[in-house]
Amino acid sequence: MISKEEVEHIAKLARLELSEKEVEKMQKDLSVILDYFDLLKKAPKVDMRPAFAKTSAGEARKDEVISSHDITDELIAASPDKKDDYIKVKNIF
Amino acid sequence: MDLTELTIKQAHEGLKNKEFTSVDLTRAYLEKIKKSDLNSFISFDEDFALKQAAEADAAFAKSFGEPKKKISMLTGIPCAIKDAIMVEGQKCTAASKILENYVASYDATVIKKLYEAGAVILGKTNTDEFTMGSSTENSAFGVTKNPYDKTRVAGGSSGGSAAAVAANEACFTLGSDTGGSIRQPASLCGVVGLCPTYGSVSRYGLIAHASSLDQIGPIAKNVEDAKIVFEAICGEDKMDATSADYNFEESKTELKGLRIGVPKEYFSEGIEPEVKKIIKDAIKKSEKAGAKIIEISLPSSEYALACYYVIDPSEISANLARFDGIKYGLSEPAENLLDVYLKTRGKGLGAEVKRRIIIGTYCLSSGYYDAYYKKAQEVRQLIRDDFAKAFEKVDLLFCPVSPFPAFKIGEKVDDPMSMYLADIYTIPMKLAGLPGLSMSAGKIGDLPVGLQIIGNHFEENKILSVAEEMEKLLK
Repeated sequence: MISKEEVEHIAKLARLELSEKEVEKMQKDLSVILDYFDLLKKAPKVDMRPAFAKTSAGEARKDEVISSHDITDELIAASPDKKDDYIKVKNIF
Repeated sequence: MDLTELTIKQAHEGLKNKEFTSVDLTRAYLEKIKKSDLNSFISFDEDFALKQAAEADAAFAKSFGEPKKKISMLTGIPCAIKDAIMVEGQKCTAASKILENYVASYDATVIKKLYEAGAVILGKTNTDEFTMGSSTENSAFGVTKNPYDKTRVAGGSSGGSAAAVAANEACFTLGSDTGGSIRQPASLCGVVGLCPTYGSVSRYGLIAHASSLDQIGPIAKNVEDAKIVFEAICGEDKMDATSADYNFEESKTELKGLRIGVPKEYFSEGIEPEVKKIIKDAIKKSEKAGAKIIEISLPSSEYALACYYVIDPSEISANLARFDGIKYGLSEPAENLLDVYLKTRGKGLGAEVKRRIIIGTYCLSSGYYDAYYKKAQEVRQLIRDDFAKAFEKVDLLFCPVSPFPAFKIGEKVDDPMSMYLADIYTIPMKLAGLPGLSMSAGKIGDLPVGLQIIGNHFEENKILSVAEEMEKLLK
């Protein structure tokens, strides 16, 4: 089973606060799920091609500049903490 | 006449012939929504809906004066939108506490298109939190009940959208499908759900779950309605770089002479015998109508679920980083920036979302990337190759949507692996970016069972044409 410390480490990387109970449940669930992933080891090896080949759509990348400047006010208004046109965050240093 | 029972086409005829107005229609649906105990809606806005209906009536009135002017089939038709798709000025919660009070700053492209077509938006439907789940039990705002049996789930994640259509609380709805989230609830609620080809409908304004898989599509009362809605929302969009230069063109594909592939892996262990029988019977009917049935094999199917549950959470762990208490939504006060992140996300996100973020972060973390994420990408290619080979021999695939009909509320909610298995037949084609449709093929007792029709990329027209013919055969 995956250790408590390992779950806590991953949770911190993921920026998630978990309660003791949540860590415990996560240990159990994660172990079952990771065991299930072992199935992938059985799959034959392949040479990778690009994730989206021509037949599978999604190739339509273009150099296009998209701007959302027309909704700047709405986007700033959605922020929980702001001053004038700025979004406020805690001190980083 | 109960106006809410009408299909899009019937309602359109009624509006055109001045039998009733869009305001009448909209009021009828709003009454249904208010009386409903299914919890299929997270929010609805009467004034907002009635204002749109009045505008639609005005558009009709204008068109009566100009008989040559063509009016869209969707003008004045009341619909509902999965609460993961943004409608400007309306709350968009993604069924999460973290977005409980978030109001959308702009319209999704599909919403702009529905407005252009004149559709009336009634409200926002329930979903699993951030569209992660197969039962809507992961919604922070309560489970949606199945209209056929209220002790059972409506499926998910677009459970609210499917139940709303089944219970005549909207003429049609939009859902989104990442691993089965349109087709599985459509199957469990006995309605039609279309998951389009990846790239055929813009994802702009859909709250991202897993970006290489997410796709918006219609849920409707019948195949024709699904087609009308799909045609209105599809097409290239400069706001979504993965949207394709695609235009729907109706085609007449008939069962007669059609090569239908039946993947043998979809009928093996795990499927309920009665589901198997209903799907086999539907396949027999298509054969009687002249289709050629070809058993095929998709050998990599057995890896699909594991592959999906590496790729999907990996993309989630990146996509959901934006919910940090800074830009929008819930923000928990704390001493420093890190604690704002930790506390906001710890409090605002539910169990399944946390689980997937943790799985994804684990799979992408140093030392595990090759064993999980890279391996899963390789397997995804095997799965794509399987389908590509199959479509050299057949035109469409017929198979079940779900191995079982609607299950009891609470039955699987604490056991993530058993919940994940609900999508075993809807996930593989998603990994290949293919389109698929669910339509009712029969019932076990009161509970509907869906037939899944899968087509090659951008062949929604074939799927829809054949589904319309099947609809008549299955009646």
